[in-house]
Amino acid sequence: MSRESALVTADWVEEHLNDPSIVLVEVDEDVEAYDKGHIPGAVKLDWKGDLQDGVRHDFVSKDKLEALLSAKGIGNDDTIVFYGGNNNWFAAYAYWYLKYYGHDNLRLLDGGRKKWELDSRELTTEVQDRPATTYVAKDADESIRAFRDEVIASIGSKNLIDVRSPDEYAGRLLAPAHLPQEQAQIGGHIPTAGNVPWSKAANDDGTFRSDEELKELYAEAGLDDAKDTIAYCRIGERSSHTWFVLKEILGHENVKNYDGSWTEYGALRAVPVALGDEPGVA
Amino acid sequence: MCGAIKGGPSLEGVDVANEAVIQGIVTRDGQPVGNAYVRLLDRTGEFTAEVPTSATGQFRFFAGPGEWTLRTLAPKSISVDNAVTAAKGVVAEVAVAV
Repeated sequence: MSRESALVTADWVEEHLNDPSIVLVEVDEDVEAYDKGHIPGAVKLDWKGDLQDGVRHDFVSKDKLEALLSAKGIGNDDTIVFYGGNNNWFAAYAYWYLKYYGHDNLRLLDGGRKKWELDSRELTTEVQDRPATTYVAKDADESIRAFRDEVIASIGSKNLIDVRSPDEYAGRLLAPAHLPQEQAQIGGHIPTAGNVPWSKAANDDGTFRSDEELKELYAEAGLDDAKDTIAYCRIGERSSHTWFVLKEILGHENVKNYDGSWTEYGALRAVPVALGDEPGVA
Repeated sequence: MCGAIKGGPSLEGVDVANEAVIQGIVTRDGQPVGNAYVRLLDRTGEFTAEVPTSATGQFRFFAGPGEWTLRTLAPKSISVDNAVTAAKGVVAEVAVAV
């Protein structure tokens, strides 16, 4: 994978608005954002209502994904271009999730909704109907998803990257600061995890930094190319952003997203936790 | 929207006593800016959070106690920084002009 195969620019999207093989999909934390205005022709996916199971603490199963994409009029051969608010956090999460179920042609719109808005490009409230399809998902690709037991076993051996803000990593905040701080989990991070906030991989307008800047960022943070990597955050969306950078832009081989992330790890009994600004020891 | 209302969004339902709230409104020439992005930077300048403004130009963060910087991006303007101090149980109101 590379920047060219995983990212498209706002100009490219404008030039392809009427291309029937391309489906724009907006995914937001703020589920009302799409309704207030979206890129013409874009389909809405609700990060919670559409992509989370609703009963189990998990994302939707393969058969529910098939029903969802079929109803949204998205076919197996379509190129899906995801974009959204929060600097594409939830769009990157949806990209990772569709990758997990084997969709072939996936892209992220570089800069997401913010770049599009800051450029004063066209937004519409009109929702276009798409005829239903029969979408068939592939079996889950477990090589890009980490679960808690693997994470615990990785302490001190694999690259663990905590992509939350420094204050969350240190335990001074329990959630990103646009959310109330009352949370069930304790503060801190997984021992030996380095802190490379997702935001360091992005420019102010939400676009990704250059390949050279990204390589330097992770090299400086001590990421060992010879080891497998697991990224985590609080609920797995910001770490999808970093997973995207490492796997899809920079082409690292073995990178997993731990979508259970700190809401799960920080609620586990009797697992090691480190507090403060240093990684801590295994 | 005719003219900017004063201060950040309503605090109804917010547990103010246990939060260090930073909130306010973004205006241009006295009018609310509904398509701005406000980011919260920590004492070292590191990104901590970002929110888009509401249709009425308002924004809110749940920060920790200490010194913070708000950096506001809006279409067709350069970014604007505002320093703010947060404390638990206090609502810090910031008026941002772009």
